Amino acid sequence: MLGAVTDLIWVALGSALGGPSRYFLSGLIDRRLATTFPWGTIVVNISGATMMGALAAAAAVKGLLPLPAAWEFAAVGFMGSYTTVSSFSLQTLMLARDGDFTRAGANVGISLIACLSAIAVGFAAATSVLP
Amino acid sequence: MGATAELYLAVSAGAVLGSVARALVAIVAVASLGDAFPVGTLFVNVVGSFVIGYFAALTGPGGRIMASTRLRQFVMTGFCGGFTTFSTFSLETLMFVRSGDVHLAAAYVSVSIVTWLLAVWLGATLAMRFNRM
Repeated sequence: MLGAVTDLIWVALGSALGGPSRYFLSGLIDRRLATTFPWGTIVVNISGATMMGALAAAAAVKGLLPLPAAWEFAAVGFMGSYTTVSSFSLQTLMLARDGDFTRAGANVGISLIACLSAIAVGFAAATSVLP
Repeated sequence: MGATAELYLAVSAGAVLGSVARALVAIVAVASLGDAFPVGTLFVNVVGSFVIGYFAALTGPGGRIMASTRLRQFVMTGFCGGFTTFSTFSLETLMFVRSGDVHLAAAYVSVSIVTWLLAVWLGATLAMRFNRM
């Protein structure tokens, strides 16, 4: 019970940083590109998937995250909150609502293919690079 | 405190609530249904998509409720963003592939994308119906 509460505190600390990081980076990208295509969310989710892959390799393959707290903070808290499905869903719906089915489909295709590739790359890179 | 700082604080507070709720859902899902299939992640991503669709339509242009930018960022960017997770979804898919369960990986991805998009559409549709009442 106490362990679960401690875990949740680490999740809270990680997510307190992850959410604002996403807000900052996606906002920055969307303002710079000034387009209705959600590149900000895409970049956040791809970078988050890459780091999540590296974290998982560090934890599972290399045993470098021996403390559950480290995983709760970095993976469940920070990465979980940094990446988002809800904004992806809403932005896909908005593109479809505008009748822009090509770009709605592109958002789905790019997000899925890029994030799943990114996590495999992050996992493989960390497995080969880490001691 | 500046307006920008207040928005960041609202996002952070929402993200903490959403993420702790997601972690609790994961604990309950694994305890009751086991960890063979990531039901917990699927649940948070579907519910988070529904909520953001509903709230966006309810408080957006033509919506029934007037909400401040701060409240919209708290609920949508903060809570829904923290509750849902693309990185855990990606990791679970990778783990299926690595353990040779390619069919389960494909099923997980297909079921996820279809239910996420149905949920956000349903949320927005219900809120727009409520807006017109």
